[in-house]
Amino acid sequence: MELLLPEFGLVIFQSIAFLLLMFLLAKFAWKPILAAIKEREQSIDEALNKAELAKQEMARLTSQNEELMKEARAERDSILKEAKTLKDNILTEAKTQAHSEGAKLIEKAKIEIENQKKAALAELKNQVSTLSLDIAERVLRNQLQDKAKQEDLVANLLKDVELN
Amino acid sequence: MDCSHVFEFKVNRLIVVFALFLAFFSVTPAAFAQVDSLATDSTHAETKAEKKFDIGKFALHHIADSHSWHVIGHTYINLPVILYTPNGLVTFSSGEFNHDDEATVVVERNGQRFVKMHEKIYYASEVANAHGQYVELDEKHHALNKRPLDLSITKNVCTLLLSVLVLLAVFFNVASGYRKRKGKSPKGLQSWMEPIILFVRDDIAKPNLGHKYERFMPYLLTVFFFIWFNNMLGLVPFLPGGANLTGNIAVTMILAIATFGITVFNGNKYYWKHIFMPDVPWWMYIVMVPVELFGIFTKPIALMIRLFANITAGHILVLSLICLVFVFNSLYIAPISIAFAVFIGAIELLVAFIQAFIFTILSALFIGMAIEEHH
Repeated sequence: MELLLPEFGLVIFQSIAFLLLMFLLAKFAWKPILAAIKEREQSIDEALNKAELAKQEMARLTSQNEELMKEARAERDSILKEAKTLKDNILTEAKTQAHSEGAKLIEKAKIEIENQKKAALAELKNQVSTLSLDIAERVLRNQLQDKAKQEDLVANLLKDVELN
Repeated sequence: MDCSHVFEFKVNRLIVVFALFLAFFSVTPAAFAQVDSLATDSTHAETKAEKKFDIGKFALHHIADSHSWHVIGHTYINLPVILYTPNGLVTFSSGEFNHDDEATVVVERNGQRFVKMHEKIYYASEVANAHGQYVELDEKHHALNKRPLDLSITKNVCTLLLSVLVLLAVFFNVASGYRKRKGKSPKGLQSWMEPIILFVRDDIAKPNLGHKYERFMPYLLTVFFFIWFNNMLGLVPFLPGGANLTGNIAVTMILAIATFGITVFNGNKYYWKHIFMPDVPWWMYIVMVPVELFGIFTKPIALMIRLFANITAGHILVLSLICLVFVFNSLYIAPISIAFAVFIGAIELLVAFIQAFIFTILSALFIGMAIEEHH
């Protein structure tokens, strides 16, 4: 039973010591300790949040990069395509031009040949006529050397005339 | 407030198991003692008087407060006696009683005579009784003399002051760790204490007190570490420990009064309304109000008794197991009693923590009930 009766002295000492302990610990230990723990927890949370944000930013940047790459690729493709069509156009144009030019040249050449041929024929005709006149002169000259023959000829010519 | 989590806690189930276990073992020595006394009666009837070993008296003497601190063998530290008497403050060394604890040695100071009996100091009677004791005894051998106001530095007061110094040293060190390594990971003592501080904050304060927990953290932390450190110090059988501070009703009473005071002074209108105007038909008030009022006081009283009884029981148990050697009067029982004492000691280490935890969580629960907001 004596155990259940609090001793006055110990009650006094315990009250004073406990209050003093609580006051000192609260002021010099619990306050800074809890504040430091809270601060650290907050800084950890903050760091984690920041890391999460950085991750999101990275993802965003990566997707943006991909987008840019895609765009660049598409642009390159379109440029290449454009260039190809341009090249094709130029080629076909050149070809048609060459064709038409060739045709023109051929046409010209043909006309020239025709002209030359005509000129040549005309000259040939002239030459032939000259030659024939010459030959005729010479033949006439030969035949008209004797009198008999001259008379024959005249006779013949006259005959022709009479016929007309 | 939902209190169910307290009882669902795994530790509580452990406590139940250990309590049953302890109950079993606390019965056993008594049975042994009876067998022993029967044996003694029949065989050594003539030497009964000197052989008889009173295990209860021995244990109670060891768990009680003392004016001297036993070191080893016949070496004692004599602690100062401080008495507040009508003739002023009286101080002398407890050594002047010459280790007498049966009121046979009288110390005279300031014209007043004092005797010490069962570690309590009385005003001595004028003449000694038949046994040379300067006290008047009733039939149960309790002294009837008046007592001066005893403010002595007893063994428990020494331990109290020591534990205060240890707590201050430990937590000032921890606090300086936080100052030195601001924002860095804890080191040394700091990393040892931080999980426990966080345990008190996150598992005791936050679930019971809600968002207003910060106001009560200094009290809860102080009370938790005070009880825990002193429970552990009590388990040390030699000099710096050995006192039964948290198993002393005065100490647990002050701690319970602190919780009571905080609960009462922080109780909001909902708390008082629940006590004086509970939501029951008015004619029920005749029963409910007294019951609720009674409840205000039973809660801290339960806190006081629980801590006191648990720690005292642990000490008695260990002492009883050690005393088996003397009860059987045989050295061969020593290995068994030491093995059991070690085993109980290990459980007491657990109990030291659990009792600190329970006192703190129930304090938090009671405060939480008083400050709870109803919407």
